Amino acid sequence: MTVNKARLIQGNQACAEGAIAAGVTFFAGYPITPSTEIAEIMSEELPKIGGKFIQMEDEIGSMACILGASLTGKKVLTASSGPGISLKQEAIGYASMAEIPCVIVNVQRLGPSTGGPTSTAQGDIMQARWGTHGDHPIIALCPATVKECFDLTVKAVNFAEKFRTPVYVLLDEIIGHMREKVILPNKEDIEIVDRKRPSTKPGDYKPYRTDESLIPEMADYGTGYKWHVTGLHHDETGFPTTKPALVEKLMNRLMSKLDKYKEEILLWQEESTDDAEVLIVAYGSTARSALDAVEKLREAGIKVGLFRPITIWPFPEEALARLAANVKGVIVPEMNYGQLYLEVERICKDKCKTSGLFKANSEPITPDEIIAKVREVL
Amino acid sequence: MSKRWEFRLSGTGGQGLITAGIILAEAAVLAGKEVVQSQSYGPEARGGASKAEVIIDEKQINYPKVVIPNVLLAMSPQPANKYGSEIKENGLIIIDSSLISDFNNEKARVVEIPITKLAKEDVGNILTANILALSAVVGLTKVVDFEYLKEAVLNRIPKGTEELNIKAMEIGWQWAEKHVV
Repeated sequence: MTVNKARLIQGNQACAEGAIAAGVTFFAGYPITPSTEIAEIMSEELPKIGGKFIQMEDEIGSMACILGASLTGKKVLTASSGPGISLKQEAIGYASMAEIPCVIVNVQRLGPSTGGPTSTAQGDIMQARWGTHGDHPIIALCPATVKECFDLTVKAVNFAEKFRTPVYVLLDEIIGHMREKVILPNKEDIEIVDRKRPSTKPGDYKPYRTDESLIPEMADYGTGYKWHVTGLHHDETGFPTTKPALVEKLMNRLMSKLDKYKEEILLWQEESTDDAEVLIVAYGSTARSALDAVEKLREAGIKVGLFRPITIWPFPEEALARLAANVKGVIVPEMNYGQLYLEVERICKDKCKTSGLFKANSEPITPDEIIAKVREVL
Repeated sequence: MSKRWEFRLSGTGGQGLITAGIILAEAAVLAGKEVVQSQSYGPEARGGASKAEVIIDEKQINYPKVVIPNVLLAMSPQPANKYGSEIKENGLIIIDSSLISDFNNEKARVVEIPITKLAKEDVGNILTANILALSAVVGLTKVVDFEYLKEAVLNRIPKGTEELNIKAMEIGWQWAEKHVV
């Protein structure tokens, strides 16, 4: 077995390489800081492997474009930031409804609106969950290292294919732009998941018929299987329906299909939580500050731990609730005005004190700021 | 406890300091160390004060940004003023004395090297100033061996400029040797 060499690469580059390693062969996008490097790299690398890169007229077109490509059987990716992610929302809802696998990398910058193109932020947490209208399933993964940008993009592609849902990879500008030493895995060590394809003949194919897996089989366009794709409520034939019983059946399945796979989807890291009296809940680059704070506070004899949700949506609720039951307080530092805090507060408020440390001025939250907050809470 | 090195390489957009930062980080990778590199963007990247930051450690690096550098390189007056006071006690400041005059800092050790003048006159190409400066930084700190720096430089520079850049590295290193305490 060969061991790959250590390299110095950016988070954005690791996302692009992870996507290609996972089998992505189609990218459509419209470059925007701080996600531009992903489009740049895909434009260079995809043609080399027979893939396609398209720079579309805008972000709406880009999102629609990857959905079309996904329907033909390709694994697809787009990447954007800030206003670009806002523009993609309608088509992301379409992907949730029509169950079209796709991955969206959002390298978060400071908003609202055009805000700060080169400023770091974590202000799109709730947008990732509820950015498109209506109840819908969504997965969002949040890397804290360059290596994780690679690993989680692979995972995002696999989740999208397996569960037929849009999946976000949520970076922040710091993680997207920083360069870090990484050793990437060998190709043969990377798990690849493909979408389930029809087990029936074209004539018998019902595109939204499901078994207990709750995930319908998906035929590639252009292979003889004819099916109707719509953003309207539909029955198992794929054609629209307004019958309440059928609408409810569809919505119940959509809203419960990820629950069934929670054990596989929910990812998190716990650090020094065993005897912790204070728990810090942090994600993305802020988790790195938190980890630093935990190490320094432990050296000073203060019992503090870190809970880092890697899967942000769906949120690893039970894991956090278990830890919250044994601590005095939970602190949530995040680069926004308190978004994931709402979720953490909901889960923890009956078990311990909760407080937030919010900062959204383009500067990262420092370990010293977290240390000061922990001392305040204790 | 292992030492956390925090480098801030500052100058004017176009002086090649971000490239220098990447090369320093790649030299650290070759040396088997942990490393994180970041840079500032925006208007700073186009003619104003520009900076690249590199953190090198033996152990895992959590917080990825420079807090207070122990090494500051200033290649032009504006960043020398802007960042000159942000330095650890007994830190090291290297300034390009061919472009910066009247620089003082009581807290740190200040080493003056006429970087741009040396690149222009002794190497014969002003564009090698970043490599000359980087070599002086590594020479003064010994954060990685010269061989790793050389390898990292040769991996990054355009073909055909090897001789020039090696010369720049040697001159930077010699100047550093003069100031090693």
